Amino acid sequence: MTGQLFLQQLINGISLGSLYALLAIGYTMVYGILRLINFAHGDIFMMAAYFMIFSIMTFKLPWFIAIIIVIVATVALGVLIEKTAYKPLRNAPRMSIMISAIGASFLLENLATYLFTGVPKGFPDIKVLTTAVKLGSLSLTIATLITPFVTLLLLYLVLFITNKTKIGMAMRAVSKDFETAKLMGININKVISSTFVIGSSLAAIGAILWGSRYPSIMPLTGVMPGLKCFIAAVLGGIGNTAGAVVGGFILGMAEIMLVTFLPAFTGYRDAMAFVILIVVLLVKPTGLLGEKVTDKV
Amino acid sequence: MIDKINNKKTRLLLNILLIVIFATVIILLDTDVIGDAYIRRILNLSAIYAIVSVSMNLVNGFTGLFSLGQAGFMAIGAYSVAIFTVPLAERAKIFYITPQNPFLAQIELPFIVALLLGGFLAALVAIMIGVPVLRLKSDYLAIATLGFSEIIRIVFTNIKSITNGALGIKNIPTMPTMWVFFGIAIISIGFMRLLITSSYGRAFKAIREDEVAAEAMGINLFKHKVMSFSIGAFFAGIGGGLLATLFATVDPNQFYFPVTYNFLLIIVLGGMGSISGTIIASFLVTAGLEILRFFDEPLTLFGINIALFRPGLRMVIFSILLMLLVLFFRNGLMGQKELSWKLIFDWFSGKISRKRTGQGGGIQ
Amino acid sequence: MKKVLSLLLSLLMVLTLFTACSQPNNGGPSNQEPQTGGEEEPGTEEDVIKIGVFEPLTGMNGGGGQQELGGIQYANKMYPEVLGKKIELVVVDNKSDKGEATTAVTRLIEKDKVVAIIGSYGSAVSIAAGDIIKNAQIPAMGASCTNPMVTQGNPFYFRACFLDPFQGKVMATYAVEQGAKTAAVIMQNGDDYSVGLANFFIDAFKQLTGDPNSIVDVSEFQLNESDFNAILTNIKAKNPDVIFAPSAATTAPLIIKQARDLGIDALIMGGDTWENPALIDVAGEAAEGVVLSTFFDENDPVTNEAKKFVEGYKKELAGKEPIIPAVAALGYDAYILLRDAIERAGSTDGVAIRDALKATKDFEGVTGIINFTEEGDADKNLAVIKTIKDGQFVFVDSVEVQ
Repeated sequence: MTGQLFLQQLINGISLGSLYALLAIGYTMVYGILRLINFAHGDIFMMAAYFMIFSIMTFKLPWFIAIIIVIVATVALGVLIEKTAYKPLRNAPRMSIMISAIGASFLLENLATYLFTGVPKGFPDIKVLTTAVKLGSLSLTIATLITPFVTLLLLYLVLFITNKTKIGMAMRAVSKDFETAKLMGININKVISSTFVIGSSLAAIGAILWGSRYPSIMPLTGVMPGLKCFIAAVLGGIGNTAGAVVGGFILGMAEIMLVTFLPAFTGYRDAMAFVILIVVLLVKPTGLLGEKVTDKV
Repeated sequence: MIDKINNKKTRLLLNILLIVIFATVIILLDTDVIGDAYIRRILNLSAIYAIVSVSMNLVNGFTGLFSLGQAGFMAIGAYSVAIFTVPLAERAKIFYITPQNPFLAQIELPFIVALLLGGFLAALVAIMIGVPVLRLKSDYLAIATLGFSEIIRIVFTNIKSITNGALGIKNIPTMPTMWVFFGIAIISIGFMRLLITSSYGRAFKAIREDEVAAEAMGINLFKHKVMSFSIGAFFAGIGGGLLATLFATVDPNQFYFPVTYNFLLIIVLGGMGSISGTIIASFLVTAGLEILRFFDEPLTLFGINIALFRPGLRMVIFSILLMLLVLFFRNGLMGQKELSWKLIFDWFSGKISRKRTGQGGGIQ
Repeated sequence: MKKVLSLLLSLLMVLTLFTACSQPNNGGPSNQEPQTGGEEEPGTEEDVIKIGVFEPLTGMNGGGGQQELGGIQYANKMYPEVLGKKIELVVVDNKSDKGEATTAVTRLIEKDKVVAIIGSYGSAVSIAAGDIIKNAQIPAMGASCTNPMVTQGNPFYFRACFLDPFQGKVMATYAVEQGAKTAAVIMQNGDDYSVGLANFFIDAFKQLTGDPNSIVDVSEFQLNESDFNAILTNIKAKNPDVIFAPSAATTAPLIIKQARDLGIDALIMGGDTWENPALIDVAGEAAEGVVLSTFFDENDPVTNEAKKFVEGYKKELAGKEPIIPAVAALGYDAYILLRDAIERAGSTDGVAIRDALKATKDFEGVTGIINFTEEGDADKNLAVIKTIKDGQFVFVDSVEVQ
């Protein structure tokens, strides 16, 4: 193991981890408010990547305009799913909402297969992001380099919104106690929609960065990242935004390090994410940064 | 009419008639008098789906444990049948990259032994998983069991000398008669039915309704949860084993976690907490997917080719139906009720409202 | 007791419903004469011979399946008749899923009463359908399923393409001819095509170099994996001459692009699945110089049939795909091979067609002159090596292996 190699793997890990973190924030926010695993989040992310492909390839928009359109479209999709698939079930048993979430995810995947076929589509080559730069013998794309910074910036932004703004306060109130918040006159639906707005726009940004690094997009692109980012969210303590970012980094790093130090076990890479999840759930069910929750009887 | 149906004798008569018709239909199908291999295959598949779905309903619908691990347990059962029933002479040809483990390469078991072994192994793994994991609540449990199901699949992909890895195992002996599938389905579901009506079953339901109250009533939560979970796994394993012999081939990708969602769909459609509903739904979903196939075929209406009809439309419609179901018919076909003569006659005579009035199944 | 029995009722209800609605479609037992046609055109059923096509049109291999289907449908357009009757293609989607594949094939045989079957892209689904095909004695012709297990021990399964062991050897031979001494292999854990081909390459490469340590790294990746940086960083440290990465067209561009971004300049090679416009489309400049083996080259038609096919199908594809996918050529071959056999058999009886197929001699297909081996595999000892240059697949060499 040379220092060079280790450094390169370290950067790989940080970069992958920060992508996981971006998506994990979306999971954790929705869970914090609705106590719902938004299974469709990974597929919203996949659709965002397709939006980007179409706005650049088909409509020939410049990338900076395309990014804005993609964010808007993704947010619209996220809110639409909330309004149609989750809102009618607000008072339903928890299992029903989860099944609805799985159904929404299933529908998005099938819809994408139907509309865009299973043939992978190339993600538009945004030169600003995909140019490779050399640092000594290290070779990195700009997307790889900036992803961690983008993630930290967005984390700061989300923390600012939740801690310093009025809507953020309402979010925290709803997350603490749904019923009481309602009684206090908080517009629950508005709060939930805002959560989906934030979560979906992060998914859109995540999709653009993801696409620039892994430019092959197909209908099932969102499945594995979705699952892993949920694991990252649980790992960090679900409902805790900073925890989600920490969880994302740990998961990304762990995956890369497994490949680095135990190359014979590359076949077990996906299993490891689940092993980490289960160990965390058993040892500290509320995750690394999660608060202790007492069951209400 | 109602009076008649309340008569024990009439019910018995109807039941006997039903069994006779059922057996006749199977015999006719089996001897190729009616139907064909296509229909037999779909019915066999439905019977297998019924076993696995009822086993999943036992855990999710009756005990209220949100478990998404069924695909993993099926994999254990399927591989047990695959590894032990393939004729010894064909093993070397199948394991042509990594030779089979020399110990296993000498063992060939009769189908029924391999099937039961698969069930027991699945139950054993379920107990090992269940002891730590069943402490978790609702969605945490769901994601942990889903994780275990994936771990099982990934391990099976990697232990090549036992499972042949990605190449899968083929030439699994197939079964000549539908009775294997339907017989085992009837026995399995009958057993689970008895379990649910027994005192254990009442304990399961008590846990579903309110864990704290159930514990206060002196129900050993942990014991009953592990029991339900491992029995569910046993029958999922049996279902997996039957699937292996029906397809004559297994490979790890057959047990990728979204497979579990199919069974979830079935129990939601049939009604969480209704065995008969689950069985009906298994047949409806399996047959329905085949019937919906025409959506995938190009359609020409009045000489115009409708561009909407192309591959993939079937699954879109299928998933829209699923969403509508979850949103508007949350109790599924049967809610928590079971199909009985009384229910049928009541329904026909309009005694109960035709609008579904069942109570919601599931956990809070 | 009552309730236990009520279970049976529910079983029965669906059962009767089922037999009732399927009855009109297949007037009677399954071992009737094969051409009991569809109900919509009762007048024409005598004049139609049905050939079933089962391909993945959705799911993991949806893209490849649709390309293959294109070739088959074009062949049907060119040669619409056999034995004086019209050939009707019955296409079913197997969703790249074994369960679906077995029901789809049973449906073709029992419900649609096809006389022969073509397919499928992806060996796993073909293997799963194999037993049903064997038992029903309906001849099947695989187009691009390259796994040896497809035809092994199955007298009714034939195929128009070469096999993975052959392909692995071809790539190893080419690599060694290019002066490669060391190689790294990347394969998809859980994909039979990838694992099979990779292993055959490893064996052949070790044998050809005579050095058991010539394979410096073997890495596996997972289904739906996108990030190959870690694997590739390890490989970069070992500095191999070539990287062999047989994989689906969905993952290949990711591997290639990430390798180049990491500054790996070794020769990157793949198998037949790589000849897919999506690869160039997705990987862009990074794909330049990549080498792959394939069945067919549109710029070098080896037979008259091939010339005709290239000219005609090019027009058909105009605007849709820049090159003719090799699998389309194989799909075309599969169709005309079957049609030829039915013609020579003079009947639509499964065994007769099988025997006619077996007797195929020096058949002029698009992908070369075709004979069948004992197992029913196309006896080809020639593979085409292509590279990507200026965003195009370019012919490099044809490699012959004994």
